[in-house]
Amino acid sequence: MDTIWFIAVALMITMYVLLDGFDLGAGAIHLFAARNDRERRTILRAIGPVWDGNEVWLIAGGGTLFFAFPILYASSFSGFYLPLIMVLWLLIIRGLSIELRGHINDPMWASFWDAMFFIGSTLLAIFFGAALGNVVRGVPLNRDGNFFQPLWTDFNPFSETPGILDWYTVLIGLLALITLIVHGANYLAVKTENELNARFHRIARLSWVALVVLTVLGTIATFWVSPWLLESFNERPYGYVLPLVAIAGLGGIGLFNFRRQDKAAFLSSSAYIVGMLTSTVFGVYPRVLPAVNPENSLTIQNAAASDYGQAVGLVWWSIGMVLAAIYFVAMYRLFRGKVRLEDEGY
Amino acid sequence: MEDALTPSRLQFAFTVTYHYLFPMLTMGLALLIFVLKSIYMRNSNELYNKSARFWAKIFAVTFVMGVVTGIPLEFQFGTNWAAFSAFTGDIIAQTLAMEGAFAFFLESAFVGLFLFGEQRFGQRLHWFASLMVFIGTWASGYFIITTNAWMQHPVGYRTLEHGNIVLADYWAVLLNRWMFAQYAHNMGGAVVCGAFVMAGLGAFYVLSGRHGEYGRIFLKVGVIAGVLSSIWMLFPTGHFSSDQVAHHQPVALAAMEGHFRTEEGADLVFIGQPDVEKLEIDNPIVLPGGLSILLYGPAGGEVKGLEDFPKKNWPDNIPLLYYSYHVMVGLGSIFIGIMMLAAFMLWRGWLFTFRPMLWVLMLAIPFPFIANTAGWFTAELGRQPWLAYGLMRTSEGVSPLISSGSVLFTIIGFAGIYLVMGLLYIVLMVREVGHGPEAEQATLENTESMTA
Repeated sequence: MDTIWFIAVALMITMYVLLDGFDLGAGAIHLFAARNDRERRTILRAIGPVWDGNEVWLIAGGGTLFFAFPILYASSFSGFYLPLIMVLWLLIIRGLSIELRGHINDPMWASFWDAMFFIGSTLLAIFFGAALGNVVRGVPLNRDGNFFQPLWTDFNPFSETPGILDWYTVLIGLLALITLIVHGANYLAVKTENELNARFHRIARLSWVALVVLTVLGTIATFWVSPWLLESFNERPYGYVLPLVAIAGLGGIGLFNFRRQDKAAFLSSSAYIVGMLTSTVFGVYPRVLPAVNPENSLTIQNAAASDYGQAVGLVWWSIGMVLAAIYFVAMYRLFRGKVRLEDEGY
Repeated sequence: MEDALTPSRLQFAFTVTYHYLFPMLTMGLALLIFVLKSIYMRNSNELYNKSARFWAKIFAVTFVMGVVTGIPLEFQFGTNWAAFSAFTGDIIAQTLAMEGAFAFFLESAFVGLFLFGEQRFGQRLHWFASLMVFIGTWASGYFIITTNAWMQHPVGYRTLEHGNIVLADYWAVLLNRWMFAQYAHNMGGAVVCGAFVMAGLGAFYVLSGRHGEYGRIFLKVGVIAGVLSSIWMLFPTGHFSSDQVAHHQPVALAAMEGHFRTEEGADLVFIGQPDVEKLEIDNPIVLPGGLSILLYGPAGGEVKGLEDFPKKNWPDNIPLLYYSYHVMVGLGSIFIGIMMLAAFMLWRGWLFTFRPMLWVLMLAIPFPFIANTAGWFTAELGRQPWLAYGLMRTSEGVSPLISSGSVLFTIIGFAGIYLVMGLLYIVLMVREVGHGPEAEQATLENTESMTA
């Protein structure tokens, strides 16, 4: 049961990164890709109807995490106090920037929100990556399952007391940013035509090179800070298929970009994200929040809700997810196809 | 770190109070927009359809504000109230997670469809989308009220050996007795809010001689909804709400009423300033014996005063609780008066030309926001000193390792962001109202975001 919920939460977070990932990536590149107001509006139009639904995966995922592993929720959210509140601020600013930009037709108004959209999206991508980095590296949990970590200390790789932001977590943050840029560029290439489409191609290609480099660096660094991750794979060798998915996705991005097959490239970056995230959680399992002192780690057992609570939850959660899947398929079908500003009519 | 307690309380109070200003309007408007759209579906009067579209725009901006200010609340349970989350997470996270699974996904899909879909998918689907938006926002309200009702009146739990509590009866939590009156009262308050805003804006349009034909529709729908919902707030929902407080939180009731001494034939205090040191009301204006009659009927009865409860169980801010309650009840009574008078004039056909009444309706717009906020202050201050009534004190629920400096830092950040947001919201509202219902076509179809 605990394992089912571990998978369920991981699934929701993966869905979040897959879906909101491309609109975060879009925010991180739109200032450079779009040359005028018309092109900016095209980008916003491509994500406008779906971004809010995408973000619901974060909220619902957070709620499910709270429900399935209350101890984990309490411990990690309070331990990451400052960065988490900053993420909330960024989410607020970014949401407003997407929604309010179109309300007043004025170049200064638009420029301001464009900048906010860029800043919010870029920093969120980095923060989310850094958060994952912290989980993988482990946090200084005490015996009661609580911890406090400063936002940063000295960035010294050999520091005894690394901060939430240090060389490793920032590296993972950058990896996340580049990943989402590639993902966002692939999505926007699918949704646009002509010159804009060509520009997203170029962005995807250039950032793909950076992504390959960062993936190698990030992987080496990860096994250096947390060598125990390999244990999971050695105990359950079938897990090796997950990194293979990521590698296949990474290769696919480059291949399909070269062949100008936008949809296949987008599916490849999706596969890469799924592969990377699932490899990470597979390595972390059965821990949910590894501690610096392994004895204090939170695991799926000691952080879980009661059996009864998890059992009834499984019923409504399944129903809720089926409904959510229906809404999403319907919404993406309704708003499918290339974005053209001429047919303003939706 | 004990000292993070006060700033954490302040931060939650501030962010939740600010947040709720928006949903109380969107939940009320969701119903009224559905009503406007349904009237249009029956009589095909284009004015009603344009009215629905105009209010959809007001709804959209307000909805966005509600969404972005709502996210911090769900996360603050963990950031600031980790001990509480760990203690009760097995129960309250059920309802919070259900809100995500059932309400948020539904809302995000149908709000998009409602705001973008009319041209593309036709009137029937648009009407259906307005219904689903109504259901989604009210479902969201249900899950939050159920969570709060559990904190007010914990049910369906079991205590484990090491002291934490776990869920024992799912349906008992979902159908908590406390929830019914609280939900009915709270949603009624949202309708009062939507109705006053709609009627008040209609009054403004009629008074200023612009968009008069829309103004009259807004007045008609707003006043009818307003009179029904205002009365609903007094009876049955207000009555049953105070009844269950009297039974299950008698110490909160005594504090709300400013009732210090146990007595037969207790007075009902209308106005006066509570003096918590001397245990009396200064400058009182009272209805003799009124409180006993209100609680126990004409025969009256003994009402326990604060003096009979151990001081450690007293709500920790009695004057604010007392004022919140009195502001809520006072404003609620005034609302009934205004709306009954307006409804009478509507019935006699005087309303659209009697300018003083229109002025009153227009100037009344802010007050339902105040009354609803005061109502929530009453509920939440009355719950003190408990986080989960009788189970966990507020002082025990705060995150153990965060510093007060960190929390103050984030309060200041929230205050800054929310100040800017509030200004933006007002600017956008003023613009929408200035454009009026006729202008809506141009902007709605020409922008790209969900809420254009």
